[in-house]
Amino acid sequence: MDIAFKVNGEARQVGVPQTASLLEVLRNHLGLMGTRYGCGLEQCGCCMVLVDGEPAYACTREVGTVAGRNVTTIEGLGSQAKPHPLQQAFLDEQAGQCGYCLSGILISAKALLDRTPNPTRAEVVAALDKHLCRCGAHQRILRAVERAAVKLRNAPVGARRAT
Amino acid sequence: MTAPALPASLVENPRLDRWIAFQPDRTVRIATGKVEIGQGVVTAIGQIAADELDLPLDRVAVLSGSTTYGPDELYTTSSLSIMVSGGSVRLVCAEVRAKALERAALRLNCSPDDLTVADGQFLQNGQATGQDYWTVAGEIDLSQAVTGSVKPKPAASYKLVGQSVPRIDLPAKVSGAAYLHDVLPADVLHARTLRQPSRGATLAALDEAAIRRAAKGELQIVREANFVAFVSPVESVAEAAAAAAPQHVKWNNVRRIEPAAQEAAWLKGQPAEDRRLGAPEPATKPKRLVEITVSRPYVAHASMGPSCALAEFRDGNLSVRSHGQGMHPLRKNLSVALGLPIERITADHLHGPGCYGHNGADDAALDASLIAMKIPGRCIRLQWRREEEFGFEPVGPAMLVTLHVDLDERGRPADWTTEIWSATHVQRPGGGSGYLLATEALANPPPEVKPTDPPVERGGGGTRNAIPLYDVPAHRILHHLVQRPPVRTSALRGLGALPNVYAVESMMDELASRAGEDPVAYRLSILSEPRARKLIELVAQRSNWKARGPAGTGKGLGIGFARYKNSAAYAAVVASVTVSESVAVDRVWCVADAGLVVNPDGARNQLEGGIIQALSWTLKEQVKLDSEGIASRDWDSYPILRFSEVPDIHAELVDGAGNPSLGVGECSVGPTAAAVGNAVAYALGVRIHDMPLSRERIMAALLKV
Repeated sequence: MDIAFKVNGEARQVGVPQTASLLEVLRNHLGLMGTRYGCGLEQCGCCMVLVDGEPAYACTREVGTVAGRNVTTIEGLGSQAKPHPLQQAFLDEQAGQCGYCLSGILISAKALLDRTPNPTRAEVVAALDKHLCRCGAHQRILRAVERAAVKLRNAPVGARRAT
Repeated sequence: MTAPALPASLVENPRLDRWIAFQPDRTVRIATGKVEIGQGVVTAIGQIAADELDLPLDRVAVLSGSTTYGPDELYTTSSLSIMVSGGSVRLVCAEVRAKALERAALRLNCSPDDLTVADGQFLQNGQATGQDYWTVAGEIDLSQAVTGSVKPKPAASYKLVGQSVPRIDLPAKVSGAAYLHDVLPADVLHARTLRQPSRGATLAALDEAAIRRAAKGELQIVREANFVAFVSPVESVAEAAAAAAPQHVKWNNVRRIEPAAQEAAWLKGQPAEDRRLGAPEPATKPKRLVEITVSRPYVAHASMGPSCALAEFRDGNLSVRSHGQGMHPLRKNLSVALGLPIERITADHLHGPGCYGHNGADDAALDASLIAMKIPGRCIRLQWRREEEFGFEPVGPAMLVTLHVDLDERGRPADWTTEIWSATHVQRPGGGSGYLLATEALANPPPEVKPTDPPVERGGGGTRNAIPLYDVPAHRILHHLVQRPPVRTSALRGLGALPNVYAVESMMDELASRAGEDPVAYRLSILSEPRARKLIELVAQRSNWKARGPAGTGKGLGIGFARYKNSAAYAAVVASVTVSESVAVDRVWCVADAGLVVNPDGARNQLEGGIIQALSWTLKEQVKLDSEGIASRDWDSYPILRFSEVPDIHAELVDGAGNPSLGVGECSVGPTAAAVGNAVAYALGVRIHDMPLSRERIMAALLKV
């Protein structure tokens, strides 16, 4: 039986087993390649998505458990042509090297700022601590999240949620 | 007229059209053999070309890592991309610009000197002439060899070089579209491997039926001698097969190793090729000998994404897409390993997760190719599993370094020996040994490659930065190149620089302490190189070194300095630490001199990244072994530095002062490790010689105080 859920605001249906991983469904069935495989063990954060606004590891999440729910991926934040303020802030700070960890980090940052629009440095660190970055762009990433927070606080209310 | 000496890349790839092409959409394609690994090289090469050709950056399209169109520049290594590839692109562009102006001048019946270039258009007296690069492109013979006779522009005229131009690849990377791993052609087949546990192991039995039951879907099992792969149109089916396979296989002749071999101390006494480099042995016995031994264990590249490759064998031609560090070498090695003529192979680079050296990327390309040749006409997407990435990539070799330093009556080094035990740092297959991991599983594996170490003049491997930059009347290296390490080893960012600089700079602090002098003042007393002195003075200022307080309080500042390879960028680092049961690094100051910096923010990003990676190695990382090989196969058993552990970092580049560009990507690694080691020694009042500076080692050291 098909599993129905919303991805980035759009209704989708997939005919896969309930136990298929959300990561594989997003990437190989729905063509949303921005959510990355890192470890399959909930240890690195590369695959982070939002399920009803809460960060979730897509690598171990069974797709059956998101039926009827809203999933947000990096593609749901914004695009190259129209970046989300968080994505723009990462570009402004040049916050990244290889960039492989960034999709997941941007997702966790979005969850944080949706909940806590004016986070302290410690709150940003705590929100991102489950994410690994091997290139050592941490300091730039923290600055970028703080920069985005300022921008989003100053933005009109309607512009804050991209999805 | 004598042409100046050309960079190695131009000697090997003299034809201009290997580097540059004018494209119909009014862009210029610049090809480089160096590849983007998150270090910003594609942007920097674009800046260099745009300046030399008087083009805006958006008219330059950089093609990186193409065996069909681009130059062979070997691997993207040793912080050489800006110096060698950048230097080559600069000469090529200068020469092509001159040729284009000559053609335009002929058409306009004027002298080339009358023409200027703006946005690729040729102007005469500031007026448009209707001529530009693209109108004359057809008349320039780019099949000619570069001569190097056209002098590039003076640095003072650069518009883009020296500017912090934003990375051109980053917008894609923050919006979810970027990597080789994400290329999924319509009829792609997903593949995973079952790795041969060790060289020489033979497959005794494989219960294919059990694996098929576990895979639960359409599955092909590809076998060639001791190489096994699982292939399916459904990725999770291939993955499930590979996950189940180790329970359904029997191997013979598996090499067993002693778990004690995971420690650097094991290296001493192992069979080794011994070399003596530098000054002859001193004629007299040492009078005031000071010795210190430090070590670093095996460490992993630990890329965020497992290695991946795409390969397709169609009509006798193999096309490979890879995130390895050199596509031409990969092509040569695939040719040897597969027995396929090189003309029938193309290799193209696509971006991947950062690798920091020789990881599994090249091996994955052979895996994918072996499978593709068994299933012609289909694109194979091969990805390593996480445990495969940790378990089978070549790791950075453990090193044991002993310094034997004889002092003069003033407490300054008079005679210096750096003695090194290490396995090889360089096992890239290079120009065509064909040695890629899966070849060991084939019917006729190539002979084991004899371990080597690059010459010291080229930066060395285990010997990298073994010779201090300080004024030492006589120095030598005793190098014990250990022949059979327990695991495969190869290049990891900095090679031997980190342990060697850790040793040298630990010694400096020890000698300063013996002399009763401040470590900064002591270093300056034996350092005549002006660029080096300036950095040490500057980092002391930035970190307020004078106010560092007494030793043994649990808090401390420490300094580390080196010039990477003694030929690339200089870096001085001060670290501020708090030590209780474990080490917390609170702040790091780094000042570097990289000569002409093409992209200052990009270079700072590299300094910062090197600092964080070095902190992670120094404080936390060690590859763990069991009797079968690498046992640390996930992020819990191989932890790296986290956001909550990253210090406040101040990284700064000094003015290049007209000096040529020096590779910056690895220069902060050694000094950072050394600065932390010295800071911890100062904070505790006792030195920890062995990395990582773990909780257990801190506790053991505290018992000695």
